Amino acid sequence: MTTTSLAPAVSTLTIGVRRGGIELLQFMRDKTSLIFTFFFPAMLLLLFGAIFTDSYDLPGLSAAQVFTSSMIAYGVISTSFITMGVGIATDREDGTLKRLRGTPVTATAYFLGKLILVAALTAGEVVVLLAVGVLVFDMPLPSEAGRWVTFAWLFVLSVTSCGLLGIAASALVRNSRTAGAVLNVPVVALQFLSGVFIHPITQLPDWMITFASVFPVKWMAQGFRSVFLPDAATTFEAGGAWEHGRIALVLGAWCVVGLVLCLTTFRWTSRRD
Amino acid sequence: MTAINVRGLRKTYGSHRAVDGLDLDVEVGEVFALLGPNGAGKTTTVEILEGHRRRTSGEVTVLGLDPGHADRHWRARIGIVLQSTADAADLTVHEIVRHIGGCYPNPRGVAEVIDLVGLTDKAKAKVRTLSGGQRRRLDVALGIVGRPEIVFLDEPTTGFDPEARRQFWDLIRRLSAEGTTILLTTHYLDEAEALADRLAVIADGAIVAEGTPATLGGRATAEAVVSWSGGHREHAADPVALIMRLVAEGADLAGLTVTRPTLEDTYLALIGEAR
Repeated sequence: MTTTSLAPAVSTLTIGVRRGGIELLQFMRDKTSLIFTFFFPAMLLLLFGAIFTDSYDLPGLSAAQVFTSSMIAYGVISTSFITMGVGIATDREDGTLKRLRGTPVTATAYFLGKLILVAALTAGEVVVLLAVGVLVFDMPLPSEAGRWVTFAWLFVLSVTSCGLLGIAASALVRNSRTAGAVLNVPVVALQFLSGVFIHPITQLPDWMITFASVFPVKWMAQGFRSVFLPDAATTFEAGGAWEHGRIALVLGAWCVVGLVLCLTTFRWTSRRD
Repeated sequence: MTAINVRGLRKTYGSHRAVDGLDLDVEVGEVFALLGPNGAGKTTTVEILEGHRRRTSGEVTVLGLDPGHADRHWRARIGIVLQSTADAADLTVHEIVRHIGGCYPNPRGVAEVIDLVGLTDKAKAKVRTLSGGQRRRLDVALGIVGRPEIVFLDEPTTGFDPEARRQFWDLIRRLSAEGTTILLTTHYLDEAEALADRLAVIADGAIVAEGTPATLGGRATAEAVVSWSGGHREHAADPVALIMRLVAEGADLAGLTVTRPTLEDTYLALIGEAR
């Protein structure tokens, strides 16, 4: 039985990537959560796009562009934060975490798998929302490479910060049945406070904008608008500019906060041990 | 060489003492059974040995390391068969066995493990479609796929039909023959008697008796009951001497029986004393 100790351990990275694959496979087979997390933002976009057809007295800016950008922010939060929080609560309840705890799978490998799941789902979500925007509302896609670079770093920072915060939030959720409802409260509230559903954001009271500026949602929505809206639309922003530096700073800070929170609050089990 | 070494193990929840000064030694390669009523502390003890729970006090080593501070290398050397699980419902048997096996440095073959637990016909079935007994066999498969040096099985055969239990026993004997150390908890005394090299009875968080299935609780030296034709019945410390005497006296020995206390009798007496 000494042969086992001679074989090298499977690396955390390898296990993490395999976890990502198995997580995706499981997610794709759960049709209910697939439809809810994946197509709910698309439905919202269809509804908002159909209701608000007015333009903003600005050449090249349509309501569809505004809502597509906003819904991408919403979609990213929904698939990263909510899917992560609910997923971990479910794993804790159905014994997945307990099973993995008894194997060489480390917490880091488990989180890595979850982040891969969330990143893949979020990318798919963005594609669905862009398809709706382009095909249904004739939204033009940006042609400059610089805007797609912005999109790339914004996407990575958004998924990472929301995903890590989702891991941390899962510690607050008592069981998986209520997880969706509990986690949606801060998400929906922040989306209204952050002007995701209200454009321009300057319609909101100043204190609300100040409050929302502490959290990632406002910056994500602003960032995605900076990718898909003409630069002239900065007149509708609270700061009168896209503020890319500040967006990166706030989202980066939330990544750090999320990482610290999930390292200090993550529990393998729900019971006292 | 000991695989498991426990001294003065205590686990308290508030004022409730779930495990209260437990000592235990399990040798490498041994099949060891922990018997005891519900709430005696079996699962708590096993979960501390598995590294799933923290202990309040006492010394514990499993494969030479403290499970409370164990790393992934230690976890690669142990196998755990959990008591009740509901994970991986949307995966097939083959998928989850392959995935868990892939986390170990030197796993068994996927088809081999599935065959060992008798689930070959169900390899492509979704886990959610398995019956209770099949689900338990999958748990066993996931516990042994990593070729562990020691396997913990917490009430492994609950919900098995008699045939599945026999197959499971064969599997345990096979693992044991390969040199795997096995610690199992069970409610079934026939199971403990059939499988265990040694066993211990746990009551109120402590070991009340320990021995081989034949000697537990003084079973080997307990008085035998000798009965023979005509409704005669006599207790005897040395039944052979009694029978020799009866033969010499020319008694009618048709229908002669000699019975020792069963493991169940011994167990119930031990549990009764502890109460």
